[in-house]
Amino acid sequence: MVDRTIENFECGHRACGGCGAATAVRMILKGAGEDVIVVSPTGCLEVFTTPYPETAWKVPWIHSLFENAAAVASGIESSLKKQGRNEKVLVIGGDGATVDIGMLCLSGAFERNHDITYICYDNEAYMNTGIQRSGATPFDASTSTSPAGACSMGNKHQKKDVPAILAAHGSPYVATATMAYPTDLMKKVETAVNTPGACYIQVHAPCCTGWGFEGHQTIAVGKLAVETGLWVNYEMVNGTVKKAKKVKRKPVEEYLSVQKRFRHLFKPQKNLEEIAKIQAIADANAAKFGIDL
Amino acid sequence: MPLNIGCTARPGKARDNRTGSWRVFYPIYDKEKCTGCELCALICPEGCVQNIDEKDYRPDLDYCKGCGLCAEECPGEAINMEKEEK
Amino acid sequence: MKEILEGSHAVAEAARLCRPQVISAYPITPQTHIVEALAQMVADCKVDADYICVESEFSALSACIGASAAGSRTYSATTSQGLALMYEVCFNAAGMRLPIVMTIANRAMSAPLSIWNDQQDSISLRDSGWIQFYAEDNQEAFDLHILAYRVCEDHAILLPAFVCFDGFILSHTYEPVEIPTQEEIDAYLPAFNPYQRLDAQDPISFGMYATPDYYLEFRYETQQAMLRAKEAIMKYGALFGEHFGRDYSALIEGYHLEDAEIALVAMGSVCGTVKDAIDEMRAEGKKVGLLKIRCFRPFPGDEIAEALSHVRTVAILDKNISLGSKGAVGLEIKDVLYGSDIDVYDYIIGLGGRDIRKKDIKAVVDLAEKGSGDMFYGLREELL
Repeated sequence: MVDRTIENFECGHRACGGCGAATAVRMILKGAGEDVIVVSPTGCLEVFTTPYPETAWKVPWIHSLFENAAAVASGIESSLKKQGRNEKVLVIGGDGATVDIGMLCLSGAFERNHDITYICYDNEAYMNTGIQRSGATPFDASTSTSPAGACSMGNKHQKKDVPAILAAHGSPYVATATMAYPTDLMKKVETAVNTPGACYIQVHAPCCTGWGFEGHQTIAVGKLAVETGLWVNYEMVNGTVKKAKKVKRKPVEEYLSVQKRFRHLFKPQKNLEEIAKIQAIADANAAKFGIDL
Repeated sequence: MPLNIGCTARPGKARDNRTGSWRVFYPIYDKEKCTGCELCALICPEGCVQNIDEKDYRPDLDYCKGCGLCAEECPGEAINMEKEEK
Repeated sequence: MKEILEGSHAVAEAARLCRPQVISAYPITPQTHIVEALAQMVADCKVDADYICVESEFSALSACIGASAAGSRTYSATTSQGLALMYEVCFNAAGMRLPIVMTIANRAMSAPLSIWNDQQDSISLRDSGWIQFYAEDNQEAFDLHILAYRVCEDHAILLPAFVCFDGFILSHTYEPVEIPTQEEIDAYLPAFNPYQRLDAQDPISFGMYATPDYYLEFRYETQQAMLRAKEAIMKYGALFGEHFGRDYSALIEGYHLEDAEIALVAMGSVCGTVKDAIDEMRAEGKKVGLLKIRCFRPFPGDEIAEALSHVRTVAILDKNISLGSKGAVGLEIKDVLYGSDIDVYDYIIGLGGRDIRKKDIKAVVDLAEKGSGDMFYGLREELL
């Protein structure tokens, strides 16, 4: 049972108003329970929570470098095992630190199946440094290093499927979630933290500053991502999809049109060809996970 | 105040940073319409919504950044955003 | 008990006797025999450690950071390319003030690729905040690990340390090494008592970021810890002598230095060859001596200036080069001798495993006497 009264994240942190990641982390800490040690890589979360001497963390927390959170977590887990301690080791890190520069350490930690839970808050770009493209940036999204322009439609590449990669490593529990559905997120965190072995959750964390919408719309945007099929909420147990959230699907336009990072698909006129490509991605997701009601 | 070795800190000092000063809008909570679902307290990115009494929730204005998520999501439409008077 | 041991195995024994709780290392020539020996020890329950088979050297030191912060004594070993891959992690560990001890089986840096010995790898990290010891022989390689943990874990120090020993020359050579018992080591090196650790009972945030208002002072504090390390090495080195009969209270060592007119300066295994060459030169009437540097960081500048003050000529053997400038040890010696009348010459020698023989030492002394220095020694002219 998730204890919603747990509050291990302090007020006074410096996240943008309406930050999806901040909300996600509050929920994650509720799902994780009291005896946790958190590792964060460099990124928005680390920066907005720990400008010396202010820390927003009420649980033990460590930041080392950008790409080594999973390796640091491996070392902590090993140490706790030898000391006979049973705190849970939890990594909470952004998509940049996870899917790109952190892949080496992530793969190693999961191959060795350390008893850790790795949670990636996915705001789909290197937000802290000014919205640069990451391996988790979706197709056609405009970022500062994959900008839309006279001869570009934004990010040319597909979103890296890290849950599948880690399921292939033999992870006993892999899930996706979103801060827009808090109860589901908290429950998945509780499951992951209590499943022995290396577990992974990728949490969609819409970013008002980076995606271009107002702070009060964060949850609405998060719901649209799920309702259009561009983000699928699912659980994999021992590599098999056990449960995917079903939706009455909306056309992708409803999600894309409310974000400035996709503005180039609508101005100066609607680019039906590009939107169709994105619709195809959503359709493929729907078919793969069987999400259509 | 001498430095903490290794650039470390114990919990608590984030509260020194009164992020309420960032605000342009602030939320007004209507007790009559509140259903007590506590969604506002759950989804606030700051975690600053306090339960004063039954169906009486208020943001801690020292920290509320005025993002408006609570007003947007409240199922009872019990929260409205007002512009700060400066 | 005295045993004939390969250098790597002596180091593995030292690591084992220090009772690490977490060992995290990635294999790389010429360090591999260390990690293999330790793996076998763990497999045979001879050391009560968790051995993490990490996926790279970068991950190895990162895992040590996690384990040390969580409250375990940790150990790793690497060299050359592996150490270079750990570059940012080294700065991170020192800045986070974690007392990790790591063996460096000194090896040349690629490119060109070389598996043979020089000291470029560890010297290139002299800015990182790690204490640096250089072993002359396998006994020192063994002893310096025990000393390193004792020094590093002192709450007034809290810095990580490299124990450097020359790859192949020491790591793969068999020498007699006195190995104390576990009880004797335990009496000298108590259980790890972390200054602070990750603990749900007493939460701390580690590795926060420092704005320009704080960063300068954090660096100053780390520098002060480095300077305090000198006294700590002297104190625990003397204590080592009381426990084990081998005194390490000096960061430098003189050999026939008191009345020397020409002094050679060197670090590591070459000192053994130098001592033999000095014996021969002394028999011929030449007043040559050796200043051996056993601790390069913190740099014992005052002690070196004092020890060389009476000498006429100094010839430094540098198994490294700062490309575009000079040898690292040479530059530091010149700095401490600035303002004196002593002639100081630097010789880049032995890079990439090029053998240094007694006759090379004698040739260097000749060159120094003739006033010829600040050069690469022993270049094969036919290749140039």
